[in-house]
Amino acid sequence: MSAVAREAEALIELADVRRSFVVGDQTVDVLRGLTFSIDRGEYVAIIGPSGSGKSTLLYQIGCLDTPSSGTYRLAGWDVGALGDSELAALRNRTIGFVFQAFHLLPHTTAIDNVALPLRYAGVGVRERRARARAALERVRLGHRLDAHPERLSGGERQRVAIARAIVHKPELILGDEPTGNLDQKVGREIVDLFEDLNREMGSTVVLVTHDLEIARRTRRVIRLVDGQVEYDGPPAGLP
Amino acid sequence: MIEYLRSAFAALVANKVRASLTMLGVIIGVLAVTLLVSVGDGARKYLDDTIGGIGTNLLIVTAGKRETKGMGGPPLSSTKPLTIDDVRALERQGTLLRAVSPVVQGGGSVRYQGRTRDVSVIGVGPSFADLRNMHVAIGEFVRQEDLDGRRRVVVLGRTVVRELFGEEPALGKPVRIAEGRFRVVGIMEAKGTSLGFDLDDLVFIPATAAQDLFGKDDIGSIITAARAKEDVGQAMAQVEEILARRRNGEHVITIQSQDDLLQTFNTITSAMTWVLLCIASISLLVGGIGIMNIMLVSVRERTREIGVRRAMGATRADILWQFLLESVLISVCGGGVGLGLGVAIIMTVHRFAPAIPVQFSPWIAAVAFGSACVVGILSGVFPARSGAQLDPVEALRYE
Repeated sequence: MSAVAREAEALIELADVRRSFVVGDQTVDVLRGLTFSIDRGEYVAIIGPSGSGKSTLLYQIGCLDTPSSGTYRLAGWDVGALGDSELAALRNRTIGFVFQAFHLLPHTTAIDNVALPLRYAGVGVRERRARARAALERVRLGHRLDAHPERLSGGERQRVAIARAIVHKPELILGDEPTGNLDQKVGREIVDLFEDLNREMGSTVVLVTHDLEIARRTRRVIRLVDGQVEYDGPPAGLP
Repeated sequence: MIEYLRSAFAALVANKVRASLTMLGVIIGVLAVTLLVSVGDGARKYLDDTIGGIGTNLLIVTAGKRETKGMGGPPLSSTKPLTIDDVRALERQGTLLRAVSPVVQGGGSVRYQGRTRDVSVIGVGPSFADLRNMHVAIGEFVRQEDLDGRRRVVVLGRTVVRELFGEEPALGKPVRIAEGRFRVVGIMEAKGTSLGFDLDDLVFIPATAAQDLFGKDDIGSIITAARAKEDVGQAMAQVEEILARRRNGEHVITIQSQDDLLQTFNTITSAMTWVLLCIASISLLVGGIGIMNIMLVSVRERTREIGVRRAMGATRADILWQFLLESVLISVCGGGVGLGLGVAIIMTVHRFAPAIPVQFSPWIAAVAFGSACVVGILSGVFPARSGAQLDPVEALRYE
């Protein structure tokens, strides 16, 4: 597979992806045959009621889990065929995660938190700090480099988390209810930031959310119901 | 590796009290190993020095056949006692022997002008002092003429002199030993105590005079020495042969070399050291269990952190190393502190109580430190593995 060919492909490609879990003596099908693709540079929201399989899909797209059947290709890689450490390397290279509860490391300064993905990429300490500083400046936190997460507000913490998600310049920024723990005004600022990153840096942004207001600000909405795609199109067409 | 160490260090700093309490377990363990093994080693060195100090390449000949290894049981066959003539024969024919002296042991009270002291009375030949590394301070030791002439002369130990004469000069004075009158011809140099026995609290008289005094015809034992260390084995064979020839070819004597004695004591002291080491290891083991316990708690507490790190691209090996190095760091620090404390205590004992035989040797340091590292690794492997094996999704969802 040549680099050129890979560039031309969609970043995310799901073909009949299924995921089922065994609970007791029952098998529960959470994802029931998902087929869609997301191109590079898209700005997508995945919505759906709770229990619709949003989170399970997020973990699939984020390469934290693999399909029970069907194929999922991220940046050309068949995720189901990769081993544990190859998956770790793929996540490290390709994905920046932003979680609902921020998930910053405690007792660790903002700049060290942001530098974490670079550490696992094997980047040297000095370059790590330089790039982490640049990422923090990008989210307008250049003045809080050495602050511990405990001393930051919710919005600041989420901006640190976003800096951590972009520090290694991944192709995909994956948000899991990124505004869920924030009040409306701060949440809106965070969504502005995702929009900027999508527009200015050309990053592919995929937000999993139950917040319709956020979904309406994206350019494409995928709505899941019962583990299947119920709607896939521009937000204007949402029922 | 430096990366892992740095985050392990940060994790310990974040939980100072917990880390230091866990470390305390290792500190106590390593301290116990260091101190107890030092005591064991000190005892060994003390016995080595003591037995080495009684002379060089010594052979002790006693009547009757018995086991020479171990502590020595009762004679195994009928005895034919040793005599002064046996000593003469050894002196004449023992080409490999440096010197020979009879030994007749007894006890009695020594009296001088109403003062009395109960002492060990040892009947000897002129070469005894030289064989046993003892020296006369004033006057002379028992001479050959004294032995041959059965003369009633006595050489006093320091303690005896102090108790009977005080500051008064003793040389040439008459003393009574049991019922016999003896003349003081010499005073020994102070020698101190050895194995709990006061070497200055005895008196030497000619072996023949001792026979007269105690009414014996035989002598208790013969002390002799090989000319050189390499000759010890051959010298023993020669002594055996000479004495057997005088007993119609019957081998009914026992020869014990200084090395036999040393080995016997070494067996005892090294067994003691091992027992102490085992006891100390138990406390180190308990310290290790403490580390494992805390590491399990730590992995549990940081489950979500593990999930985040995995999402950021950490491999299982990354997680494993992170926690493993944390436990190794705890035990290495604890080991270092325990060792330092141990050395400090040993040095204090040396300075303020030099009589207590405590011996610090580098191998103890190596053992203590090495076992601390091993404990750290062993007790860290299981928790670190359980952290590394966590499913990233479940780790992220963990509340």
